[in-house]
Amino acid sequence: MPNTFELIASSTVGAGGTANITFSSIPSTFTDLIIKLSARSSDSATSAGVVMQFNGSSSSLSYRLLEGDGSTAASYNGTTGRVGVTDAATSTASTFGSLEVYIPNYAGSTNKSSSTDSVQETNATTAYADLSANLWSNTAAITSIALTLQAGSFVQYSTAYLYGVKNA
Amino acid sequence: MPNPTRIEINCETGEETVIELTDAEVAELAAQAAEAAIRKAEEDAAREAQAALKASAKAKLIAGQPLTAEEADTLVI
Repeated sequence: MPNTFELIASSTVGAGGTANITFSSIPSTFTDLIIKLSARSSDSATSAGVVMQFNGSSSSLSYRLLEGDGSTAASYNGTTGRVGVTDAATSTASTFGSLEVYIPNYAGSTNKSSSTDSVQETNATTAYADLSANLWSNTAAITSIALTLQAGSFVQYSTAYLYGVKNA
Repeated sequence: MPNPTRIEINCETGEETVIELTDAEVAELAAQAAEAAIRKAEEDAAREAQAALKASAKAKLIAGQPLTAEEADTLVI
């Protein structure tokens, strides 16, 4: 990692899983934030959507997402905190999806945009890869970030890392 | 039966806490899952319809048959 990246906090999901991973009391001393997530959902499906919310708010959210499935590509948009895709219970065993979110100027006084790329790791013919642009139309500084799944819970060994990026 | 839990990591102290979700939080997750299932079904249907149109367009092109406007849209950028 570049030397301007600093690990703020991390978490590894234990036995029993968890429905939500929240980073709270995020310091305002960095310029940008990066989240790196390795996850698998307990939902009985091949994939699950990943959702991100700031400061406990589920309103004023929107996304535009480009998704490839291995043979076709499509674009979607909506008004939730959907940021990407990851593996779920019926994808290749012991395999986790990867997701990275970049959140610039998280402590500033403008609306909060972010970009996300994510992939579903699986040996199946259909495997999703997403590229997403997200917006939280709120000028408050981000002090907490919650990660959830559209279905199911994060299984054991899912990990989440929060990095702070300084502009110098 | 206890509710599912969430993990909260305090970035100032580094403390990690496992907290049981409130009933309201559980309901919100359930609503989110239901909405996501509907949306996924719509997206899957749209993707399959687009794939069918593309396949039809390709077959007609090979056979020298006229394409519908929707079929032509799958081939023309």
